[in-house]
Amino acid sequence: MTVFWLLAPVMVLAALGMVVARKAVHSALLLAVVMIGLAIMYAAQDAPFLFTVQIIVYTGAVLMLFLFVLMLVGVDASDSLVETLKGQRALAVTAGLLFGSLLVASVGQASFGAPVGLGAANADGNVNAVAQLLFSKYVFAFEVTSALLITAAIGAMVLAHRERLTPKPTQRDLAEQRMRDYAATGAHPGTLPSPGVLARHNAVGTPALLPGGRPSHLSVSRVLRARGIVRPADDYRDDVGPVVRAIEAGAEAGSGAPDARDAAEPTGDQP
Amino acid sequence: MSPTPFLVLSAMLFTIGAIGVLVRRNAIVVFMCVELMLNAANLAFVTFARVYGNLDGQIAAFFVMVVAAAEVVVGLAIIVTIFRTRRSASVDDASLLKY
Repeated sequence: MTVFWLLAPVMVLAALGMVVARKAVHSALLLAVVMIGLAIMYAAQDAPFLFTVQIIVYTGAVLMLFLFVLMLVGVDASDSLVETLKGQRALAVTAGLLFGSLLVASVGQASFGAPVGLGAANADGNVNAVAQLLFSKYVFAFEVTSALLITAAIGAMVLAHRERLTPKPTQRDLAEQRMRDYAATGAHPGTLPSPGVLARHNAVGTPALLPGGRPSHLSVSRVLRARGIVRPADDYRDDVGPVVRAIEAGAEAGSGAPDARDAAEPTGDQP
Repeated sequence: MSPTPFLVLSAMLFTIGAIGVLVRRNAIVVFMCVELMLNAANLAFVTFARVYGNLDGQIAAFFVMVVAAAEVVVGLAIIVTIFRTRRSASVDDASLLKY
């Protein structure tokens, strides 16, 4: 009883949060809260087998599948706020609230008598009792389930399969393509610079510094740049400045030709 | 304890899921709301199993879970396929059959 009154508000709030959350990842995590709450509700109602299955299948498998697909589809795929049908949101919420109040009122007023309880049915263990029922009365449904699972697995494989229309490029093709690109546009044929080189920090969001002191945009991932979490060069250039100056002063720096990669670099802010 | 609080909770979760299906545009979130509705129905099944003292309700909940797992696999594969062709997971964009 205490468990119920502790968990029920959390579950309802998590479910509401799942619907209103702006990011799909937050929705998935809040759904996990609801599902674990439901598992505990099952345990409180003499269903230890379903408690386990709920945690393993739903929270473990289904939700992780959701998170994997969110990663594939892109975490930032957020909702569009354009209403295709005019007033659909307001109407849907109104209809939903009406439906919910109807359901809650009717369920709340129905009387079910005193619950019989599962003490007799679970006499020799819930798992045993469920298994006996599953393999006698429901054995046909259980067999059909295997066909369903096989169909689902094959369906997922067919849907996820992509026909390759062009031959797979070999290592030789890739190398030749890199050299052609170098000849045509001057793109550097070697590996991209690692983040944080010459910059005192090697976090992935810190671009490498080129010998001229400019940050190399090639050294940080395109994704990080799109999210705007690349450190601006001013943050970390200054703390290398004294070192560079000391080196320059010590070595009577002659104006060496800038590095080829530095020259090939697209526009950067000059210090 | 009385089954009514469990059933009311189940009804509320089902309603929240239904509103989510109607309101949200992101196909994955819509899918999560469908899962929430299935789970709410499961809670009612388990509660009624306790009320009537036999395990058929729990078996029904078990089969719902199996079907939901299969449905998630195929549904998410469809969403990934739609995303591949349209670069969007919004349910509004997959409306070619409308015309």
